[in-house]
Amino acid sequence: MGVKRVLRHSAWICWKDLLEFSRSKMRLVMLVLMPLLMMVMVGFIFPTGSSISHQPVAIANLDSAVDGTSFGDRFISQLELVNNDTGMMDISNATGFDDIKTMIQDGKVSGGIIVPANFTYNLLAHRQGYITVMTDQSNPQMSVMMQSVLTAVIEQLGTQLAEYNLNQTYNVSLEDAPAVLQPYNVETKGIVPGNPNYFEFVAPGIMAMVVMMSLMTGLPHAISYEKDMGTLDGMLVAPTSRWAIIFGKVASQSIRGLIQGFVILVLAVVLFGVAIHGSILLVVLLIMLTVFSFVGLGILITSFADKEETATMVMMTFMFPMMFLSGVFFPIQQMPAFMQTIANFLPLTYAATAMRKVMVLGAGPSAIFTDVIILAVFGIVMLSIAVPMFKRAMSR
Amino acid sequence: MSDIAINATNLTKKFGDFTAVDHVSFQVKTGEIFGLLGPNGAGKSTAIRMLCTLSVPTEGSATVAGFDVKKADGKVREHIGLVSEKMIMYDELTARENLRLFGELYDIPKDVLSKRIAKLLSFVRMEQWADHRIDTFSTGMKQRINVIRALVNQPEILFLDEPTLGLDPQSTAEIRELVRRINIENRTTIILTTHMMAEADMLCDTIGIIDHGKIVALDTPGNLKRSISGNDTTFFEFEVPNLDSNIVTSIKSIGSVKSVVQDDPTHIKVTSSGDDSFDILIDALRKNGAQIRTVRNLEPSLEDVFLRITGHEVRDSVAKSPAPERRHGPPGMRSNKRVR
Repeated sequence: MGVKRVLRHSAWICWKDLLEFSRSKMRLVMLVLMPLLMMVMVGFIFPTGSSISHQPVAIANLDSAVDGTSFGDRFISQLELVNNDTGMMDISNATGFDDIKTMIQDGKVSGGIIVPANFTYNLLAHRQGYITVMTDQSNPQMSVMMQSVLTAVIEQLGTQLAEYNLNQTYNVSLEDAPAVLQPYNVETKGIVPGNPNYFEFVAPGIMAMVVMMSLMTGLPHAISYEKDMGTLDGMLVAPTSRWAIIFGKVASQSIRGLIQGFVILVLAVVLFGVAIHGSILLVVLLIMLTVFSFVGLGILITSFADKEETATMVMMTFMFPMMFLSGVFFPIQQMPAFMQTIANFLPLTYAATAMRKVMVLGAGPSAIFTDVIILAVFGIVMLSIAVPMFKRAMSR
Repeated sequence: MSDIAINATNLTKKFGDFTAVDHVSFQVKTGEIFGLLGPNGAGKSTAIRMLCTLSVPTEGSATVAGFDVKKADGKVREHIGLVSEKMIMYDELTARENLRLFGELYDIPKDVLSKRIAKLLSFVRMEQWADHRIDTFSTGMKQRINVIRALVNQPEILFLDEPTLGLDPQSTAEIRELVRRINIENRTTIILTTHMMAEADMLCDTIGIIDHGKIVALDTPGNLKRSISGNDTTFFEFEVPNLDSNIVTSIKSIGSVKSVVQDDPTHIKVTSSGDDSFDILIDALRKNGAQIRTVRNLEPSLEDVFLRITGHEVRDSVAKSPAPERRHGPPGMRSNKRVR
């Protein structure tokens, strides 16, 4: 059986699949809607510094003025000034520690700030003034965020006060004061221009994931559905190679995966302001490589699952760990060590990592060489197991 | 083309411990309509699937159109068409697109295929529906397209697995007529399976009665019927409104009575021999207080043949041994493992 003939048959089977797919408006809408929802969902559920706003915060000012000066009042008005710019907090008043504690327990505020009684006195006596920050520990993410934001504000205020003191007490000019206070400072500089946002982290991963999903769910579904419907017999009874059926199905599912991948790419760029720093060609090639590496797994599941329902269950079992452990949504580096070890065995990890390197960091082919090799080897190994299994499953 | 279209020798298919087809041997002559008749689960579909190369025989062999189904499955496929129990069509595609797709898998040149599709559509008077989606068709229309889809490669042998299953009476008649026309006009050898005696009787030149995976009788419908009726055998159907088990038992105990079948609460069918059997039956019925409303003298039917040969009715067999018909489909990996 000639290669050309196999390819022509698979083209027809692929054409049939796509034609069938295009006949349902609902499916076409879903083709765009699914990645869109996915992007919006994962893009917005994760808190980022800028996404925190109008957090209810209680302030208890226990400070009393000394000689008409209240650093407590000054601190609070400064805080309000900063807050007016960012809109991060909704400030309310409290009477003290226990009051704020009750408010946090009641869920009325997510945190509190206490200016202690002898705050101004201490500062005037050239001692350190303490400000207490209370956080809602039942909400770890929020708690961490509050702490860092408040700490930053307080530090900023402290620096301002220190500069003022230097100027007043030691006659250091205000321009020189920062250098006296903090001889060392850190400047953060990314290797690509612009500020990275969470979408830039998540978009490449989702692209790799959607491609994987369309093969892992689409392929077993497409084949076992036809098996259940009896239409597969029509192809099997024709003098066409089993290869043509596999190729045709793989082609149609890959095209679907590619379309969804591009939908995500376009959405990410147009709606979510993701900038692609690497070469688009490399991104496309990577998507294709991802397709290749998951084809085998898809075929393998197909040949094990005799019914569509079984196929769906088997594929779910494999897919969910892959989705969550492969660093698509959370950076792998944040996972515990043993989870990181598992992640290293999942091909999606390499697909997502490589995609991210190219899209976000503008990496060239040499930087993703290892990922590419791993994906290719995985694809070859899976295919060499899956194809004989599939051929046997077909001839029962 | 040789005289023998299909030659099956000891064809056997096992799914684990279950033997679906058990050393079946038969021949189908070129140009005839051959019927595999039997209840659901008898092994008809599995036999067909093996002949169509969709299932590999566990034992035995078969040649179809002169090619071995195991060694030359590709060659077999070029010469056959299959109308299986489930319709082989894509609902969201049009009739023409469906025919086109399957035609392409047989490497038919484009212009030849277009002409052939047009001809096939007019053959079943569906030209005006060619570009409508299958899911807009009635079941009868779908089955017409489904049948011509199997003809797109102009097969020498056409397999029809329960072609009228689930069709209304009018569509059933239409499809039977179509099967006959395909056989006559295209000189296509047809092998069909059915659990309907009437259908087999009406269409087939030769009938193989299959029960529990074995062919239990193989002959023309006429010969099969004659085989159970000697010259002195007669068939009666009595309608007895007050029929009870006493009456049935007393009829059964008559020496000349060969079989008694109770169809429903008021009808019994009796096969008996001897010139005086009618008198004897009437006497026995009257003696047991039976009120006879009607009596009919019946021709032997294939139903009677089946009953005589297998010892049970077609319906009986469905109820008592629900051998899973589903197993005829490609079975799961697990059952495959059990085979080895």
